[in-house]
Amino acid sequence: MTARVGVVTFPGSLDDRDAARALRIAGAEPVALWHADPDLKGVDAVVLPGGFSYGDYLRCGAIARFAPIMSELVPAARSGRLPVLGICNGFQILCESHLLPGALTRNASRHFLNRDQRLRIESTATAWTGAYTPGEEVLVVLKSGEGNYVADPATLDDLERGGRVVARYAGGAPNGSQRDIAGIANEHGNVVGLMPHPEHAVEALTGPSVDGLGFFTSILAPLAHST
Amino acid sequence: MARVVVDVMLKPEILDPQGQAIVGACGRLGFDGVTQVRQGKRFEVEIDGEADDAGLAAVRRLAETLLANPVIEDFELRVE
Repeated sequence: MTARVGVVTFPGSLDDRDAARALRIAGAEPVALWHADPDLKGVDAVVLPGGFSYGDYLRCGAIARFAPIMSELVPAARSGRLPVLGICNGFQILCESHLLPGALTRNASRHFLNRDQRLRIESTATAWTGAYTPGEEVLVVLKSGEGNYVADPATLDDLERGGRVVARYAGGAPNGSQRDIAGIANEHGNVVGLMPHPEHAVEALTGPSVDGLGFFTSILAPLAHST
Repeated sequence: MARVVVDVMLKPEILDPQGQAIVGACGRLGFDGVTQVRQGKRFEVEIDGEADDAGLAAVRRLAETLLANPVIEDFELRVE
C-alpha cells in the first residue's frame, strides 16, 4: 500500500507543491491538507513545507502554531506516533509549537541566503533520515532569512548527547546557527526540523542534485511494514 | 476598558542583527555617539473591564503564549 503523506498549506506557504512533488517522486501519495482543516485525513505522515505562513507576522511560525490542523498534529507528533518533517518555515513552526527545542532567528549575516548548500547527515536514526549513512554529505538548497538556530547550551548538549542533531552545515553555518546545526529531531526521532530544502533537490532538471530524495524515501520503508 | 502595554525584547544573549544594522546606519548618518541598539516590539492590548489582577494575569498568559517566544525573548507588562 502506498504511504499517504500530508502536506499542509498555510496562507503564505510556498513550497507545498514542491514537497508534494518530492513525495510523489519518492513513491508516496501526497495528500493536500489545508491549515483550517479540523483533522489530518488519516495520513501516515506529514510535511510542513517552507514559505512564509501568515506572512511571518509576529514571528516566523508563531501564528501557524495555532492553526486548526495543528490541534490533531501536535499531540500525534509529540506522542511519537506521527512522523512529521518541517522544512524551513515548517522547522520554525515545529519550534514555535515546542515539538522541537530552541528557536530560529535572523541570519547573523543579516542577508537572506539563497544557495546550494552541503550538509552532513549526522543521525540516520530518525523517521526521515534512515535512507542515508551517518556522516554522508548531501547537496541541497538553502533559502532563508531566519535560519539561525539558537538554543541554550544545556539544550544543545542534550541534543548532541541524544543523537538528535540530524544534519549540520558542512564547512560552517552560513547563517550563524549554533554548532552548525541545520536540522534536529525530537526524542522519538519521528519529528524532524530542517532549515535547508531537500524537496528542491529531487530531480536533476530543477535541483543541484537528487540528494534530497532520501528524506522522503526514508519514511516509506517503515510505513510499508506497518500497513 | 483598560490598556495594557506589553514590551517584548530579545534576551540579552540573543544576537540582534536588526539592531546592529541600525547602529551601522547611525554611524553613516553622523550619530557617532550611538554604540548599541536593540530592537524590540511593543503591543498595546485593550481589554474589557479593569486592569486588575485577573485582567493582568490574562494578558501575561497571552504574552507567554503568543506575543513573546520565551525561548529567545523577555517581556514586561504595564498599564497605561
